[in-house]
Amino acid sequence: MNDFVQALDTAAGLIGHLDSELREIVTLSLGVSLTASLLAFAIGAPLGAALAIYRIRGKGFLVVIANALLGLPPVVVGLAVYLLLSRSGPLGSLGILFTPTAMVIAQTILGVPIVVALVHRMMVDIWTRYGDALLVDGASRLRAMRPLMCIGRDGLLTAFLAAFGRAIAEVGAIIIVGGNVRGYTRTMTTAIALETSKGELSFALALGIILIILSMTVSVLSFLLGRVVAGR
Amino acid sequence: MKRWLVSFRILATVMLASLSIPTLAQDQSIVVASTTSTQDSGLFDYLLPIVKQKTGIEVRVLAQGTGQALDTARRGDADVVFVHAKSAEEKFLAEGYGVKRYPVMYNDFVIIGPKGDPAGIKSKDVVTALQTIKTKAAPFVSRGDRSGTHIAELKLWKAAGIDIAKDRGPWYKEIGQGMGAALNMASASNAYVLSDRGTWLAFKNRGDLAILVEGDKQLFNQYGVMLVNPVKHPTVKKEAGQRFIDWLISPEGQSAIAGYKVNGQQLFYPNATDPNA
Repeated sequence: MNDFVQALDTAAGLIGHLDSELREIVTLSLGVSLTASLLAFAIGAPLGAALAIYRIRGKGFLVVIANALLGLPPVVVGLAVYLLLSRSGPLGSLGILFTPTAMVIAQTILGVPIVVALVHRMMVDIWTRYGDALLVDGASRLRAMRPLMCIGRDGLLTAFLAAFGRAIAEVGAIIIVGGNVRGYTRTMTTAIALETSKGELSFALALGIILIILSMTVSVLSFLLGRVVAGR
Repeated sequence: MKRWLVSFRILATVMLASLSIPTLAQDQSIVVASTTSTQDSGLFDYLLPIVKQKTGIEVRVLAQGTGQALDTARRGDADVVFVHAKSAEEKFLAEGYGVKRYPVMYNDFVIIGPKGDPAGIKSKDVVTALQTIKTKAAPFVSRGDRSGTHIAELKLWKAAGIDIAKDRGPWYKEIGQGMGAALNMASASNAYVLSDRGTWLAFKNRGDLAILVEGDKQLFNQYGVMLVNPVKHPTVKKEAGQRFIDWLISPEGQSAIAGYKVNGQQLFYPNATDPNA
């Protein structure tokens, strides 16, 4: 119990002093995770909606695959991206291994299945309810996407936050592709892993508390933003 | 809704681009693949700002453990390796992946264990200690990750006349992780573990652990640095990499290394001028 109390105290101190290294780590965590979840959303939402709306041969199979990819092990994705981006690998000439860009790529790959699966699930229900009416009114499936996405905007927000949650919590994949380099690719999660291995358990826990606060703040702000945009 | 999607895409592209900008300024940065001991002991945290100040080079350290660090270099993903297993380093050189090996500094390994020493290994003789651990099946944590410390541990078992691959039992816990993780596990399960002194001195979760065996000649721990061969990997930053190495072995670099202390105790001893290192 003492560790937890000490951690709370350390966390308060860190936030109060706005330690510059902490700021660096927090900024990188947010930057990488937000970029990755936005990208995952931009790629996954249209895919998920299209999967729900369009008549495709083998659609059932694709839906099963999309949901199965939810179980994609992050460390395997990290390893695969590492081998792709390594100098000895096919994309080595890009020189982006051990950079924040590599971390964004890994986290985006992990986020897309989440967005696709959630958006698909939501859109199937909405399409069942409103799809026929829209088709009868003369809308093409493509044009129907827009009003349907509007109707399902709460679900879209959930999908985005789920991808963000995945990204901000990631540690295994980004240690492999990012290298946990101090001042460059060290995020909150990789810093927690490092401090734990140094035996600085209370400090690691304090960082964890700050990470949780951060993640919840993003969720709350997203919801508020959603309300504002919807004019409620 | 589509407008939102378009804005999301633009925002994402801008953010992705802005995250790439630091990579453009990487002319004066090198990637050094190193061990967990140089990181966990705090040496790099102390040394790298000095390196930046004196040479202008931004050093990006991958703390991986000797085996993995050398493999990273073999793939061309690092410019310099800074590790501590002479046999593995010489193999690396023989394969043509390194240019030249420079000794940099040394410290020693120690056997850590519970203060009460249930297996009774406390002594100055590491071979007897290991034999006792095996005979009494005392819990022992092994790095198991081809790191410099792991390689040293395997050599010590061999010196003790024990074929650890055959004679291991449930008492031998191979964790495949770094020095800090191994110490955490030893602390939590009251086990014995071989550690480098630097990581131990900087370690904050000691619990009931203490140094039980030290001072044996066989516990000597030498660190070496090598530039990755630009002939094998033309993308290696050979100029900046060599400058980093030159600084490490220079009198200035050597005295900086000697100046790193934790609780008043020196962790690493520079010995670049030792021809036998």
